[in-house]
Amino acid sequence: MSTPSIDVHELTRIYRRRGSALTAVDRMTFTIEPGESVGYIGANGAGKSTTIKMLTGILRPTSGTVRTCGLDPQRRRQDVARRIGVVFGQRSQLWWDLPLAESFAILGSIHRLDAATTRARTDELVERLEMGPTLATPVRQLSLGQRMRAEIAAALLHRPQLLVLDEPTIGLDVLSKQRLREFLRDQRAAYGTTLLLTTHDMGDIERLCERVLLVDHGRLAFDGTLSGLAATVSARRVLVVDLAAPCADLVDIPGTEHLGSEAEGLRQRLALAAGRRVGAGVSIAQVLATIAERAEVRDLTVEEPDIEDVVRRVYAASRDLP
Amino acid sequence: MAEPTRGGSLAAYRTILRARMRAQASYRISFATDLLGTLLVGLTELAEVWVIYHNVPLLGGLDFAAALLVFGVTNICFAAADLVVGHLDTVPSLVRAGTIDAFYVRPLSLLGQLVTSDISLRRIGRLTVGIVVLAIAWSAAGVAPTLTNATLLGLALVSGTAIFAGLFTIAAGLQFFLIDGREFTNSFVYGGSYAAQQSSLVYPPPVRVLFTFVVPSAFVGYLPAIALIGLPGGPIADPAWAWWSPLAALAVWVAAALAWRSGTTHYQGGGG
Repeated sequence: MSTPSIDVHELTRIYRRRGSALTAVDRMTFTIEPGESVGYIGANGAGKSTTIKMLTGILRPTSGTVRTCGLDPQRRRQDVARRIGVVFGQRSQLWWDLPLAESFAILGSIHRLDAATTRARTDELVERLEMGPTLATPVRQLSLGQRMRAEIAAALLHRPQLLVLDEPTIGLDVLSKQRLREFLRDQRAAYGTTLLLTTHDMGDIERLCERVLLVDHGRLAFDGTLSGLAATVSARRVLVVDLAAPCADLVDIPGTEHLGSEAEGLRQRLALAAGRRVGAGVSIAQVLATIAERAEVRDLTVEEPDIEDVVRRVYAASRDLP
Repeated sequence: MAEPTRGGSLAAYRTILRARMRAQASYRISFATDLLGTLLVGLTELAEVWVIYHNVPLLGGLDFAAALLVFGVTNICFAAADLVVGHLDTVPSLVRAGTIDAFYVRPLSLLGQLVTSDISLRRIGRLTVGIVVLAIAWSAAGVAPTLTNATLLGLALVSGTAIFAGLFTIAAGLQFFLIDGREFTNSFVYGGSYAAQQSSLVYPPPVRVLFTFVVPSAFVGYLPAIALIGLPGGPIADPAWAWWSPLAALAVWVAAALAWRSGTTHYQGGGG
């Protein structure tokens, strides 16, 4: 059996300030195997950043154990650093007053890559992330999207076994996000890199992660697939139809539940059954066909379940437990 | 994956330092004004010594030439330490900017990265003042050009630089606890430097003990100077102690290692 990329057991971190104690991470236990792609989600202050700081050796656990690539990040921080790449969305690991290319050269030297390897790897990353035109630009002059791509390239320069991304797509436009996700998928496919990312973006999770860890008040509230998460809280897509003429409430449409109507039934909101597909063997086409029998549909939109909403529902459900 | 070698880290530090120097060199005017600034600070402090001795022939058992000797040695040591580790007092702003977190996830020592994160070449200005003053004072004070005296001077310069570097490191370690504690830590680093420029005999005995055995700044300039010139010193100010300056430096370094270790252990991350 291979060594897990991350192995966390009963991990706890308590912040103590002026007599008061805050338990940021509370007896958390999970394992991530090499090659997995895991989304680590939760509300702000749920303990995501604290966990990542303990995984990378920045922060000392109050109790419990952490093994990153099989090593204790407190005792062997530098060895762990050689095996992992980390991108903190809000913190740069580049040299802001130097041209971008120099940051790659310095990082290559820090990771003890020889000049040829550094150059070959830099060329590969620059090409894949389309950073050619920005190489001579001082880092402080890069746009947010350019800088984020550069940060990810910098974290991948030494071909880490594990890539930890803290909010990698925050503030990026739709196209940049999409390109970044494609790039990360390719890197995983090519090198089998394990991926752990925290995000508020449902799209990141949907397109990058096979597994979701949801943390609530420092505890692991869910560990499984995204669809499993959506199913546990019956997070549903909502179909919004605008009709040509006022119409009675569209109740009893198979595979849906009527949520409400506006303007005498001109606009109606129907929840589609849980999961990625409409449940009970009813397709969305059938749902629309049934509606069309009763009224003329002018326009329609489908609202995706929002990650924040899913998280809120899981939190609410866990509060209800005795 | 190649196992780490010391040569490997040194090469990395060399690359970082070269890049830092290039970055500084690209701001020529700012570098020139900074250099001029540190030169002026050195000259101002020199003028202060001159003003004092314009009014009194002897202070704390030292005449003007002896005071210059103390001034020269102290300034060389302080400027050299400042050049190498002076920017350690930027720890709080590095914590806020998250730079320290980036240091943690690189396979290099934290202190090594901090030291090489900047090199304050502008401090060469003050170093120059110190060297010139030392050269003048050496002959003005009539120090015999013997091997013993040269050894003593070398020992004083190395230990003195080590003592100041240690004080800077203690301050940096403490700043992990006291994010807004720069004023406090500066007070003993710069206070220690100021104290080192005076004769121990100007202080009442309790303060003399403080600047000899707690913050051992007397070992930087005063004790070596009276040993070189052959002055008698006084209570808690024995010229023979000048030979023990490496021990004082060692003690400061032990304290520095403890402060740094507890600081980095206590570190809670840059927020967020």
